[in-house]
Order: sequence, then structure tokens, then C-alpha cells
Amino acid sequence: MTETLTIGKALNLGLRRAMEDDAKVVLMGEDIGRLGGVFRITDGLQKDFGEARVVDTPLAEAGILGTAVGLAMRGYRPVCEIQFDGFVFPAYNQIVTQVAKMHARSKGRVAMPIVIRIPMGGGIGAVEHHSESPEAYFAHTAGLKVVAVSNPVDAYWGIQQAIAHPDPVVFLEPKRRYWEKAEVDVDATPDPLFGSRVVRGGDDVTVLAYGPMVKTALQAAEAAAEEGRSLEVIDLRTVAPLDLDPVVESVRRTGRCVVVHEAPTSLGLGAEIAARVTETCFHSLEAPVLRVGGYDTPYPPSKLEEEYLPDLDRVLDAVDRSMGF
Amino acid sequence: MTALPETIEVVDPVPGAAAPHLPPERGSDTVQLLTPEGDRVEHPDYSLDITDEELRALYRDLVLVRRWDAEATALQRQGELGIWASLLGQEAAQIGAGRAMAEGDMAFPTYREHGVAWARGVDPLHVMSLFRGVDNGGWDPVATGFSLYTIVIGSQCLHATGYAMGVQRDGAEQAVLAFLGDGATSQGEVNEAMIWAASFSAPVVFFCQNNQYAISVPLERQSRVPLYQRAAGFGFPGVRVDGNDVLAVLAVTRAALQAAREGQGPTFIEAFTYRMGAHTTSDDPTRYRLAGELEEWKLRDPIARLKAHLSRSGAADAQFFDAVEAEADELAVGIRRGTVEMPDPAPTEMFDHVYAEQTPHLAAQRDEFVAYRASFEGER
Repeated sequence: MTETLTIGKALNLGLRRAMEDDAKVVLMGEDIGRLGGVFRITDGLQKDFGEARVVDTPLAEAGILGTAVGLAMRGYRPVCEIQFDGFVFPAYNQIVTQVAKMHARSKGRVAMPIVIRIPMGGGIGAVEHHSESPEAYFAHTAGLKVVAVSNPVDAYWGIQQAIAHPDPVVFLEPKRRYWEKAEVDVDATPDPLFGSRVVRGGDDVTVLAYGPMVKTALQAAEAAAEEGRSLEVIDLRTVAPLDLDPVVESVRRTGRCVVVHEAPTSLGLGAEIAARVTETCFHSLEAPVLRVGGYDTPYPPSKLEEEYLPDLDRVLDAVDRSMGF
Repeated sequence: MTALPETIEVVDPVPGAAAPHLPPERGSDTVQLLTPEGDRVEHPDYSLDITDEELRALYRDLVLVRRWDAEATALQRQGELGIWASLLGQEAAQIGAGRAMAEGDMAFPTYREHGVAWARGVDPLHVMSLFRGVDNGGWDPVATGFSLYTIVIGSQCLHATGYAMGVQRDGAEQAVLAFLGDGATSQGEVNEAMIWAASFSAPVVFFCQNNQYAISVPLERQSRVPLYQRAAGFGFPGVRVDGNDVLAVLAVTRAALQAAREGQGPTFIEAFTYRMGAHTTSDDPTRYRLAGELEEWKLRDPIARLKAHLSRSGAADAQFFDAVEAEADELAVGIRRGTVEMPDPAPTEMFDHVYAEQTPHLAAQRDEFVAYRASFEGER
């Protein structure tokens, strides 16, 4: 059966299905119950599954993640919502020192099947701490897996796969794309969670993106096509572990690679990807791997966010520079 | 591992959570000096000598900040602000606390303390610029004695405590006022702040506006005891005050700040009040609270009771009230004009204050940014 769903609704239905499939799934977060979450991702779930499975927590992020560790040890599968990306840091200690390391610490005796849902990125005209892209902090932490979905299909299946997965998954949701729609076949066999995917074929330059920037990369490819340039766009989908096989195959053909993300450029995912692509594709490269990202500044007040965020023009500018080598 | 039962019984862990969040009955341990009907009452521990002129000044403050708040909400609805966090209903708590401060004192606000900002002499447009997305607050925290707004819940309580430790080391007769809400009391950092403040007997007062809701989550999910009673566990006094009674808030906060200045350490003040509006303009409170609750609280409006008192006691006449209304309208006009005409920040501004000492890398990135923008000249 195929349904037209927004990313937000796809997540809602995916959560619902995961809760139906496994009675140990427990949702925890601030305002997720009666209110249905500030983005309404959990709308209606408390009503249908009860307050023991959809928990309106105290206002305490360290508490949400710290108790999730205990619930996971007790056999539950906590799905934690962090209200906004910039609010994750009180929980950062628990995520980095406990959630990420418990499996290794216990020599595999204790699993941490915890999902940490975080609306990520900017472009919504918000105040401070509501527009950040913290993926590199988590990707840099061994023991965590980090997924960044870009579309309703991956949102619907990805949240279910993340919940069913035995390791902790930081599940990043592209908040400014919550309202974007697509057809979702809810009976299909989904692609694996930790795999990248070519979303537009091309020959001249390989453009890599994840989460909210996939749409931007596709728009850039559309505009480039009008000028006779053929961009191949790859949705990375997962940033830890990185699935670079399709990337390597692509870059060996195009010889050029541009990585796009909203997070500050320096020491972001683009840096790691550039290093790995250079190592694996060195003899095929016609140009250095280029990065398009946020500037190395705090996320600016919203009047300046359009200047800060990578857009179609900045992607094309990098494509031009790549072609210029 | 224990399996979950087939069917889970929904057990509300908070009996009575759906009960209306009404203030404690009179005669309870809540300090009140002005009843909702506008009658002056005495309290054994807190007295307030106040002139008619001072009463009128408090009334003017309350009316002006409410008018500012209403104008800001309207401006957000018209697209001139990105968001607005309304203080509606909390005017007395904020004006009472703000006016209790002495000149050298320092406030550490959340993001809703517009009334305190007003009392500290912060230009309302410097608050509007934050909510318009122009900057993160345009005022000078040191010059105003009013730190910048803190959006991450509770973080500022530790800053306030550290600042107070500095005051202590300087041997200064100053006090620090840390603002927080009921939700923030659940944060680890807030609890750490209270531990530090107690351990070092820091001259800081924790001023908690219990407005009953943390967005949608009611007080009962944050605490099973009245918040002011938490202070005892940390080892310092806790006081509950009628947060809609500007006189009681003024008296209680003044006493706590003075005790801090005199080296008696921290106090926790729970100002029992009600957020009459939404959490922010992005919120819809009809999803989680009953209309009847709001109606009950309207009867306890902080401005109406002071107006009743001023009229009945003869401290103010119709001419005074009209003049304040006119001044409020004038203020609103000025705020509207200043907001609408506020220029956008220069695009390069985001690079300019990241470090006290600019790094070569960021300076180069700024130059690239300028050159990149210049490449579009004539097109934009």
C-alpha cells in the first residue's frame, strides 16, 4: 500500500509501527505525550499506547538519556526525543560516556538499543540553539551509529530499523524538511539502514549530502543540468558508519567530489570523507575533494542564516571550482 | 530479562495531575501582601513600607511591560518577529523581583524576563532584536546588571552562582538574582548550582517563577513537593510568595537579596504564578490545559489587584490611569516603529565576534565570504 506522507507523518507512523511490533519500545522526551512533541512527531501515540510507553519526562535531558541506559539494561528499547539539536548537550555526557561505551565496557554483555531522535539543522528562522548540526560530535564517538534521513521513505523505514537495531543510533531528522511529502510504500522491503544511495546519476562531479542538504544538492544538480553539467548526487543516509562504496565507484568515474553539509566546515564530516576519498580514489581524482558547509562561526541569528547555510549557489560554486582544476 | 506484560495498565504516576493549578489557599505558607481583591494584608515576616508614589510607579511598570508584551505578540503574528515568549500573567513576579534589585546587583535571566529587563533599564528594542533574529540580545550585560538571555534551560543558575562567588571574593556588598522556571528545577545544572551556592554561601538568590507549565508538562511532573521546600534539602531557606502580588514579591526578594549581601548565603524564592499565554507564539496551550484554569487565574490578575488598591486607597485617580494608558500606547508605537525599521545585520557580522583575538583561518574564511558575495553583484 502506498501513502503520501510528509517526513513528520512518516516518522509518526514508523514509530507507531515499531511500538506495535515490539512492546518493549518506550518513547521518552519533553512534551512528547499530551502535546505530541513540539513538531508533533509523536502526535496521538500517548493516547493510543498509554503513559507508560510514551513518557512526558521532567525537563532534564541528562535524565532522559541516563534513565534510558537503565531501561535498556532492563530489556526495553528507549526512543529518546531531544527537543532541539542545541538542547542535547546536557545529555552529551550520558551519550558519550555511557550509551556509547556500555557494550564495549561489558564485553558485549549489555546492549544499548537506544534511539536518540534529534531534529537537526537550520532554516526555520529560530532563536539560538534551535538550528544546529551536531552530527560530527556523535560520529566521532566510537560506539554510536549516526543516521541522517532526507526523505519520507527513509524516515518511515529508518526509524523502525533504528529501533530494531541492537546498537545505539543517533537519528537525525531534517527539521526544515519535516513537511516535505513523498509516496511511501509501507509494504515494501526497505533498503538497509546503514547504506548510502545514488539519488541522481551523472558524469561530471559527484556531490555528497545527507539530511536536509540532499534536497539542496538535487536542486543544484537540476540547475547544473541546464548549463550542460551532469552532477551525480549521493545521499549518504548514514554518517557513522559511512558507506563509501557507491561514493568510490562514482568518484572513480567523475574524478571530482564535493561534500555538502550544514555543520561548520572545519573538522566536519566533509573532512573525514575527503580524507577517505583521497585515500581510495587518489589516482582517479582530477581535483581535490571540496567541502561546502557552514562557516566556522556559531550558528548566526536567523536574519543571517541564509548567508550561513549552503544553498544551490554555493554548491554550484564548488562544482565550478572543482571543474576548474 | 523481564518481559513486558501483554497489556500495560496505564498508571498515572502523578495522582491529581489533572487538577487545576490554582494558588494555595490564603493562610497557607504563601507570602501575600495584596489580595486578589486589592486589599492590603500584613505578614508577620515581611513588611513593606511603600509610598503612594512608589505604588504608582509599580503600577506603571506593570502596565507598560504588559503593553510591550502585547505589541510583541502582535508583531510576531504580523511576521516582524521570528518568535515571542510572552510574559503575560507574570508581570508582578518580574517587576517585583526587578525592582527589588539594587544598582550593583546582577540578574541572570531566562528568555522570558522582559519585565526584569525593563526594571534594569534595558532598551526594549534590544530585546526585540533577539526575537527578530537580528542578534542574540543587543544590551550590555555589565552596564545594565542584566545578563543576556539564556535559552538552554537552567544553565544560567550556575553562571549566577559563579558570579556571586566573584562578588564574595571582591568583598562587594552586592547580590545576584538567578531566574528560573518550574521546569528548570529538574535540570542537573540547576541542582548543581544550588549545591554550590549553599556550600560556598554565595550571595545568590534563586528566583523561580512557577508558572505551572514547562511548555505542556505540568508542575507535578517536575516535583512532588512544593518547589520552595526543595531549598531545605540544599541547606538554605525557601520561601513561597504570591507571584501575582507585586508587593509581596518586592518585599520577599528585597529581604533575600539583603540577606545575601550581608553574607547569609542563598535563598530560594518560589513565585507562584501562571503563564496566561502560550509558552511561545509557536505553542498551542489548548492542547494540554483546560480553559477553566485560565479563567480562574484571570481573577488573580496581577495588574487588576494593584489598580483596585490604588483606586480604593485614593493613591491614584482616573487621570493617573489614563496617563499610564496613554504612555503605554506611546511605548507600543515606539517599539513597533523601532522593530519594523530595525536594519538587518551586516552579513559579515557572524565572523566578527567569534573570538576576542581573530584567528587567521576565520579571517581568511571571512575574506572568501566577502569575495563570494561580491561575485553576485549586479545579480542580486
